[in-house]
Amino acid sequence: MTGPTQTTPTQTESAPVPAANRTVLVLLDPATEVRSSVLELFTLARSLGRVEAVTLEAPTVEVLAQLGAYGVETVRQAELPQEALDAAGGPDARHLPAVVGAALAAAVRRTDADVVLAPATFAAKEAAALAAHALGAGLVIDAASVGTDDDGRLVAGKRVFAGAWDTRCAVTAEVAVLTVRSNAVVPEPATAAVPTEVEGFAVSLDGAAPLPTVSGRTPKARTEGRPTLEEAAVVVAGGRGTGGDFGPVEELADALGAAVGASRDAVFEGWFDRYVGQTGVTVAPRLYVGAGISGAPHHRGGMQAAQVIVAVNSDPEAPIFEICDFAVVGDLADVLPQAAAAIRAHRDGRAG
Amino acid sequence: MRIVVTVKYVPDINAERRFEGCRVDRDPSVGTLNELDENAIEAALRILDGLSDDDRAGSEVVALSVAPATGDVALRKAFQMGVDRGVRVTDDALAGSDYFGTAAALAAGVRRLEAEGAPVDLVITGMAALDGLGSVVPALVAAELGRPALTLAKSVSLDGGTLSITRETDEATESMSAPLPAVLSVADTANTPRMPNFKLIMAARSKEIEAWSAADLGLEGAAVGAAGARTEALSAAERPPRPEVELVTDKGEGGAALAAYLIRHELV
Repeated sequence: MTGPTQTTPTQTESAPVPAANRTVLVLLDPATEVRSSVLELFTLARSLGRVEAVTLEAPTVEVLAQLGAYGVETVRQAELPQEALDAAGGPDARHLPAVVGAALAAAVRRTDADVVLAPATFAAKEAAALAAHALGAGLVIDAASVGTDDDGRLVAGKRVFAGAWDTRCAVTAEVAVLTVRSNAVVPEPATAAVPTEVEGFAVSLDGAAPLPTVSGRTPKARTEGRPTLEEAAVVVAGGRGTGGDFGPVEELADALGAAVGASRDAVFEGWFDRYVGQTGVTVAPRLYVGAGISGAPHHRGGMQAAQVIVAVNSDPEAPIFEICDFAVVGDLADVLPQAAAAIRAHRDGRAG
Repeated sequence: MRIVVTVKYVPDINAERRFEGCRVDRDPSVGTLNELDENAIEAALRILDGLSDDDRAGSEVVALSVAPATGDVALRKAFQMGVDRGVRVTDDALAGSDYFGTAAALAAGVRRLEAEGAPVDLVITGMAALDGLGSVVPALVAAELGRPALTLAKSVSLDGGTLSITRETDEATESMSAPLPAVLSVADTANTPRMPNFKLIMAARSKEIEAWSAADLGLEGAAVGAAGARTEALSAAERPPRPEVELVTDKGEGGAALAAYLIRHELV
């Protein structure tokens, strides 16, 4: 096994960039709300340098206030070429990864930024990659930690192979572009709020590959009162063992203030719409509860980075028991409602 | 219709996967075709299945892989599904490539195929490789080739020279289209890959795999391999095993025990 490489400060070609002089851009798309995953990015960005946000639309007043609280002094709002956008299907085309990527690259050139941080959604990953491609920047996808080495190089940690290995890499190019997993840091406002200004900047799409034409876009509805899978600190997921009844899963999730997910099997059965897995949503919450989920490699790849793993399964041989911290062998239809009731009672007792 | 499907040779996710130094250990005994590429092959074959006999006769699906010489098992699997040709790009100079080096090599492979005389109408990829899980190479191949990218497709249709998809992202349900030539990546929900039939399995054994070098693709001096990478791997370490699981068998108190565990660990 290779240990961390210690580079000697005397051997560097360019002078290291002190944090105070580093500019960090954070992708904020959409700009109508700030998800907790993006608040985490701002928190992380402040530890690396001066923070600016990049948007594809005007941020709302509420968003601006939130950005100020998180220490963002400047929002760079992309001004996209109208004709190209119209040809690509109108306003919805501004979320195309090729458009967002071009905007990020233009923002880096405009601000001479050193680092770009983006959330770990599929669309943001593609946008980050295209920006890095245009800039000749180094790219890290789905970092679980971001810091710097003695030379001021960005160093990212990743958890790979279904959470079984930790890897570290350094960005050797001048600009670093990273997508960062949710829950990599705890979001914290800046010590003092700052006023936030919006500045436009022109983005050209000339020379880029032709854009597809967007003919329809329906934003996902969010369940009122429940966090989304990507950003939840607690996730409760149901699998084949639910037999299609997600009632007990949702009851425990609501008692815990958790997001609800499913296994890929359950989604293929049509019982639920979004699955946790290496090709679905990859989660890294504080607590993950898997109910009626056997724990196939595909699923484990999407949740094994959770801090605490709890499983409920009627099969004592279920593979998920090999990777969990606490397990109940039993029928989830009995276990989950009982647990939910005990948790609600605990909450009520504490509140009273 | 000429379609290139990019395929990757990866360690089986059901096997114990390891790093050798800072690189993925590509132990041939657990090497296989990236499962998600089967969806890409299936999508290509379905497009050909939809052509008239005349059009089908002049069409081909080429599987293209950047892999070590031990990686033929992935291309053999592609043959078994019904792919017409298999090309492996193998060169020590490509080892340690980052996302951009990989995309540059794949795009160069596509251009080399076009230099044979017929244009490549469509490049199809899976949604991710199960070893790296980056999901960005499809978009980068499109950028390298200067072609529109339709990525993460859940459904695919081809009408004349226009390719249309629907997709489900974390944010929205979208439909979009682009004229060929284009680059398409398909989600694992797009289709169910066909099972190889006996005839194809037998034929796959003797099919020739064409091997190209970096020089064959004109990649000398390009930013490929570890030397061209813009990130430097520093370490790879196996995580310690989780502590022994605390296991309760439900005899009527399982749910209460679960709640007590969460309360004890301040997770409520």
